[in-house]
Amino acid sequence: MSLVFWILAAIAVLGGLAAMLLRSTVHCALALTVAFAGIALLFLNLGAQFAGFVQILVYVGAVAILLVFAILLTRGSEPPTHGVFSTTWLAGLVIAAAVFAVLGSSVLSSQRMLPHESTAPAAPVVEIGQALAGPYILPLEMIAVLLTAALIGAVIIALHEKEGEQ
Amino acid sequence: MTPLAASLLVAALMFSIGLAGALTRRNAILVLVGIELMLNAANLNLIAFWRYSPHPEALTGVMFAIFSIAVAAAEAAVGLGLVIAIYRHYKTTDLDQINRLKG
Amino acid sequence: MIESGAFTPQLAASPEAQLLWLIPALPMAAAGIASLLKQGARRSSAALAIGSMSVSLLISLAAFFHSVGLWTVGQTARETVNFAWLHFGSSSVELGWILDPLSAVMLVMVCFVGLLIFIYSTGYMAHDERFGRFFCFLALFAGGMLTVVIANSLLLLFMGWEIVGLTSYLLIGFWYHKPSAAAAAKKAFLTTRVGDIFFLLGMVWLAAQTGTLLFYNNGTGSIESSAIATLLSQPAAFGLSAATVVGLLIFAGAVGKSGQLPLHVWLPDAMEGPTPVSALIHAATMVAAGVYLVARVYPLMNGGLMSCCTSPTLNVVTWVGASTAIFAALIAVAQNDIKRILAYSTVSQLGYMMAGIGMGGVAVGMFHLITHAFFKALLFMGAGSVIHGCHEEQDIRKMGGLKADMPWTFVSYAVGMMALSGVPIFFSGFWSKDAILEAAFHWTTAKAPFYMLVVGALLTVFYMTRQVLYVFFGTWRGHHPAHESPAVMTVPLAILAFFAMALGLLGTPVLPLFRSFLNGEAGPLDITALAESEFWLFLGISTVIVSVGFYLGYKLYGREPIPADAPDPLEASARPVWTLLANKFYIDELYEATLLRFYAWWGTVSDFLDRAVWGGIVTSVARLFALLATFNRFLDSEWVNGAFDKSCEELAHSGGLLARVQNGQAQRYLRILAIAVAVLAAILIWSSRA
Repeated sequence: MSLVFWILAAIAVLGGLAAMLLRSTVHCALALTVAFAGIALLFLNLGAQFAGFVQILVYVGAVAILLVFAILLTRGSEPPTHGVFSTTWLAGLVIAAAVFAVLGSSVLSSQRMLPHESTAPAAPVVEIGQALAGPYILPLEMIAVLLTAALIGAVIIALHEKEGEQ
Repeated sequence: MTPLAASLLVAALMFSIGLAGALTRRNAILVLVGIELMLNAANLNLIAFWRYSPHPEALTGVMFAIFSIAVAAAEAAVGLGLVIAIYRHYKTTDLDQINRLKG
Repeated sequence: MIESGAFTPQLAASPEAQLLWLIPALPMAAAGIASLLKQGARRSSAALAIGSMSVSLLISLAAFFHSVGLWTVGQTARETVNFAWLHFGSSSVELGWILDPLSAVMLVMVCFVGLLIFIYSTGYMAHDERFGRFFCFLALFAGGMLTVVIANSLLLLFMGWEIVGLTSYLLIGFWYHKPSAAAAAKKAFLTTRVGDIFFLLGMVWLAAQTGTLLFYNNGTGSIESSAIATLLSQPAAFGLSAATVVGLLIFAGAVGKSGQLPLHVWLPDAMEGPTPVSALIHAATMVAAGVYLVARVYPLMNGGLMSCCTSPTLNVVTWVGASTAIFAALIAVAQNDIKRILAYSTVSQLGYMMAGIGMGGVAVGMFHLITHAFFKALLFMGAGSVIHGCHEEQDIRKMGGLKADMPWTFVSYAVGMMALSGVPIFFSGFWSKDAILEAAFHWTTAKAPFYMLVVGALLTVFYMTRQVLYVFFGTWRGHHPAHESPAVMTVPLAILAFFAMALGLLGTPVLPLFRSFLNGEAGPLDITALAESEFWLFLGISTVIVSVGFYLGYKLYGREPIPADAPDPLEASARPVWTLLANKFYIDELYEATLLRFYAWWGTVSDFLDRAVWGGIVTSVARLFALLATFNRFLDSEWVNGAFDKSCEELAHSGGLLARVQNGQAQRYLRILAIAVAVLAAILIWSSRA
């Protein structure tokens, strides 16, 4: 693999690590943003430009901001009272390690069977658009419905609490 | 290792890190953070497979990844709304203290 | 005197024979009805008893005349009516009744004497408050006795036998609040029971060997020739044949019932009962049942041979009878109770009857039974009249000179006494006793019984003379004056007195009606019998006996009147002999010291065995089961229930434990999800690889 790949991979992984380990919740959100950026760059590296840009637009531009807002609304910036990690953090760590072991071993042991095309594919936006309006029209519509539902749901959840409180 | 395998490994690593965080951090928002990491790792997997697949012109990986991002965004919104609602009720986001679901 | 059977083969039963069962049934029904009446229904129960007895008498007379009618045309028959009573699969127990000369005469005698005594009792027991109950028992007794008479089956006879024994107990102990009466009743029952056990054994053996208990059954009966041949050929113990042993066992029953030696001890004590009871049961009928039984099974006793005197059983019968005759006569000499003298006299005369059957055959013994019934009943009823007239006094030393105060009683009593003594010609007792003496004289086995019987006859005359002189002659030794009894008591006495004289006509050698009738042969008038020297020999012997007895009695008791408190002249002259006789040879004391003491000890042992050993075993078994039950309960409640309860507890507990997984924390659920997915993935991946 090329060096670029490993550097980008390092950025993403370290960002993720930081997001999970840092004490302050805001710092975690910011580290997550770095991880998102790293992932986006990896997409670009792999030749999926549209996907990379969508990643940045949506994740970095929306989800990360949303997270920060949520942190601020739940007083997450204040120092935690009981501790950062759960009292049974070791169990969770072990489980995650087990999952990584399963995934990793399956990947490594099937290297020879994995496909490997060296030529970078072209993914022009036009084709993506055409695909969206063509074979993927139904998922598109459903995503639209989903987004509408999510929008309404989020508003209702947040709204009810407000009314309940008042 | 092959490039695909490398990408898959990285994705697996990120997935595990996200899972570890989701399972161990106390703050409910950080659990959502972990979930976002896991989703991103899955997206990386998809793009990697698309890149090195025999028929990339079908754009399957890319489409799947885009839809995944859309769904993740919606899910993040709703999830955070829920966390805020819970915070308003219990005055805390500490998951160890929220145990009303017990049987 | 050779017996010869001349009975025609059994006829089909005539109407008289068919209805024979009514004769015992009517008194028993009367007894049943009387038992349900109230205590105060005196006249009804007496009427029931006397009425049923009268009807039975009429039927008996009809049967008797029917049988006599057959005899006069030379067709004497045994008519039997047999029926099956109990069925066991293919075999059955049969009962039946028989009308033949033997049962016909006995029926008439029992009914007639019984009826007279019933009528007599209405006067004698008039002051008793349990009058009604008395007649109920009397009627039941009559039913039982008549059953014995008509029975053609040893089983039916035994049933009647037992009823008679029961009523004897009830009637002896009629005045039960007198301890002596209650003890006497118990003694009578137990002593006869000893005899009955042997009787039952004999009965069972007979049934086992011959297959039937019927006497006559068209050739298959148990005492008909084929059955007797079987019994004779079967060896029993001590070299005797089964016929002999069965005969001896049955005779043992008769020994008990008829008061022969050694089971005579109950009869004198039975005088505790009212006098009519003594007259009916212990003189005329029940004690005669033993003699009747021996007469009935006579073919078995003499081994089927019609010539008498040769079978071992009959030897035993004769010796027992002769010994009893002289033994009881000796004791009677020294008794002072008017009824006790008569009781011992009865024992003695029963001995005569047994000896008569043993040596002379059925007719000889039965003739004496019939005549004895009449004059002994007469004597007892006369004694009852005397006791009644002397205000319930029974000691002859306190009586005297009653011939002036109680003339009717005196005359009839004198007739009875002369009949018993055997005064020749005019009194029936002479003819019957004479026949027995003659048979004894001709007995080939031994001569000793003849001499014993002669001495017994002498003693009989002596003690009767003594009694009559004490009671009716001399001066009155009592306190209150005596009076004659009412007509209801004296009229039966007169009737019986008549028969005591007239019955003799049936048994003279000139016209041996009775014997011929019983044996089923023609009875021609045989004047030539008068020419036989034997007739005059025995007439002479009897005259001598009577004269000597009268003389001795008169010499001791009649010459001078005996004052009130003087001892008996015989006692004064031979004191040790007198004491022995007065104490009845101390037999009762002997039994008391040996048998009764043994039984008391045996009773104690049995009681111990029962309570300590068997009771202990039963208790232990019960305790063992209780223990098992406790153990079971323990198992059940502790282990079975406990196990179940524990497992339920554990289930609940484990449920509680498992429920802790769901602690409400979302992260835990996530973890479980994650690990589950990892495991599943691993399984899928590696299984597909493998």
